[in-house]
Amino acid sequence: MSLMSELNAKALALNVPLSVHLDVTYRCNERCEHCYLEHDDKGEMTITEIADLLGQLAEAGVFFLTISGGEPLMRRDFFQILSCARALLFNVKLKTNGVMIREMEAQRIRELGVEQVQISVYSHRDEIHDAITKLPGSLKKTLRAIAFLKSRGLKVSIANVLMQPNLLDAPHVQRLAKEMGVGYTLDPTITPMINGDTAVLKMRAPREALRQAFRDPALVGNVNDFCSPPVPADDSALGELPCSAGHTSCYISPYGDLYPCVQFPLPSGNVRHQKFIDIWRNSDELNDVRRISARDLPTCSSCAHVASCTRCPGLAYMEGDMRGPSTADCEKSFVRTGVPSANMVAKARLGPQRRSLSGLIQIQIAATS
Amino acid sequence: MMAKYIAHSRAIAARKLGDEMVIMSAADSTLFTLNPVATAIWQAADGRTPLSEIVLAAVCAEFDVSPEVAYADAETLIHELASHGILLVSEQPITVPQVQENR
Repeated sequence: MSLMSELNAKALALNVPLSVHLDVTYRCNERCEHCYLEHDDKGEMTITEIADLLGQLAEAGVFFLTISGGEPLMRRDFFQILSCARALLFNVKLKTNGVMIREMEAQRIRELGVEQVQISVYSHRDEIHDAITKLPGSLKKTLRAIAFLKSRGLKVSIANVLMQPNLLDAPHVQRLAKEMGVGYTLDPTITPMINGDTAVLKMRAPREALRQAFRDPALVGNVNDFCSPPVPADDSALGELPCSAGHTSCYISPYGDLYPCVQFPLPSGNVRHQKFIDIWRNSDELNDVRRISARDLPTCSSCAHVASCTRCPGLAYMEGDMRGPSTADCEKSFVRTGVPSANMVAKARLGPQRRSLSGLIQIQIAATS
Repeated sequence: MMAKYIAHSRAIAARKLGDEMVIMSAADSTLFTLNPVATAIWQAADGRTPLSEIVLAAVCAEFDVSPEVAYADAETLIHELASHGILLVSEQPITVPQVQENR
């Protein structure tokens, strides 16, 4: 067992929220076509509220803190938030588009001991990236930020979302990451908007693009292993938890709303009205999430993929039932192995197969040390 | 014997999980966990208290171990942590600049 696995197991046993994703704003200087957020400010937490919250998170045992948005640097007090987080000794990961990061900001991020900066790049071509972000010149500014951060010795990773407008560009962005000496992540997940609107799903990558990604050794490692047929689930597999959401991690919105995960918008409390630890320990919603194991899933427990599927309970929740299948993950399992999921078989029996959602993979590649 | 003083590096993340301290170096993302004895020493590393006093107060008073053995083990520990850049060791008291919250 790796040290990280041991930490997660211990946090789970102690009911400690090891990781928190905190969006400090939904405002953004880009308007990405696939984004799941509404960008108007509907009453963000103040710096005083955030500082108090961070103290509560530290007290509760949170170690990994992801600060994101929106674009977090849109907040004028962004560095005050960052300083506060680091003074409390969180391991901070920053997610940003980088547009507002110049030499001074890069230096400050370095001085504050941020562990990793993840920056979104959708294409190596200005015309594609800028069309997705709807911000002219954004790719140049983003790449400039990566260079500044890298030159300061920061660990940087490029996050690329695979979608209709950039289907051909992933290998080029991956090469760009390698040239710049930074990590690379490809994610074909297009998430419904946080308000439930699914119109954005039209951006999803088609099955063939997903199939190509899954058979690219540069992305998945050993293709034969990655795409091998599912193995039958034993009792242990059926007892496994779906993911860390609500178990050792959670998400907090700029308005103080607490959800199991950023992709799992099940309202579980608000830190403006309750102490964080009270929500974490006593929320009916979180406790409901914690009761779910693979054997409790009506459709998925009998699926051939149950032992290896990366079923996202948040995506299932957004489809209407957090105990139901996530069709995005059914699609992924099918494209990966050629074996249809129990959900796909059931739908085929019921009538014409609905067009499935995009697949869901998250592939980490260490382009450099 | 020269006194030794110890203080945490600024370039770390740290949190107590149960009775163990979890530490990550921001410099190279190396993750460490300290057992309860090492955690007691870590938590007492304020840059002002000599290691010998820390060993007596935080280790010998809490765990069944002689001062000589405890001090020798503590020295090994602090130099190991120092070699990874997560602990500062000096023969003089150490003042570590705090992260400024209002820049």
